[in-house]
Amino acid sequence: MLMIHCKKASELMSQSLDQPLSWSERAQLKFHLIICDACNRFNSQLRLLSHMLKHMVHTTENDVSITLSIEAKNRITYAVNSKNESN
Amino acid sequence: MEKIHEWLNDHGDYLYRFALARLRDSHAAEDAVQETMLAAIKNNSFDGKSSARTWLTGILKHKIIDLQRKQLREQPISNLVNLDNPETAMDDFFDNSGHWLDKPQTLQMPDDALEQKQFLTILGACMDKLPTKLASIFVMRDVQEMENENICKELEITSTNAWVMLYRARMGLRKCLELNWITG
Repeated sequence: MLMIHCKKASELMSQSLDQPLSWSERAQLKFHLIICDACNRFNSQLRLLSHMLKHMVHTTENDVSITLSIEAKNRITYAVNSKNESN
Repeated sequence: MEKIHEWLNDHGDYLYRFALARLRDSHAAEDAVQETMLAAIKNNSFDGKSSARTWLTGILKHKIIDLQRKQLREQPISNLVNLDNPETAMDDFFDNSGHWLDKPQTLQMPDDALEQKQFLTILGACMDKLPTKLASIFVMRDVQEMENENICKELEITSTNAWVMLYRARMGLRKCLELNWITG
């Protein structure tokens, strides 16, 4: 059973990012991707998505305009002090 | 107690941004920083071999997972992973014979700083539209690069549930990007 439809192929493409596929799943997917442009574009979309998500996290991490407000710092200090003393 | 002031002043903003990037919620991110400070005070295992920031970030990573677990427990996952549920089925994407209803389009790679910024704004909005659980598990996998096995252990879900949720997250996000970003 080498022929699979696009739905199954899309599931396998997603799955392959998380865990190794079996030998037959890899063969099915490889065969499908030879004949299906739409699924090739889907595969590229998944890669772009993953790449840009990492980029987004990196950007937020380094965005110095995002700060913990003075009020938040005070709330944290207060909460930590009272929780720590109560133990 | 002066330690807290020192840590918050020197590293609080960074820790907050680190948490916010992963939890995508300002309250949850503040909670994560608070839990990190509490753990750091209670169990002062800082040995000075690494920087204080590295040490605190190490604690924060665990606290983020705790909060993600909480985010995931807030609503039952059954309605998100049941592919037969009319609301969450994949019928929007495929016809009965398993072919794409709308064939995926080529998403243009953002190629300068301005485009990157626009893309990230759209991606952020798409992430916000996704059910929180799906966004959380997607970040755990793709950003925190946790193994599936670990995700399942931390969230107490089966590996089938995990892959269905990741699949749903990716399907939803790519569709949202197609609708809002340059294709062709």
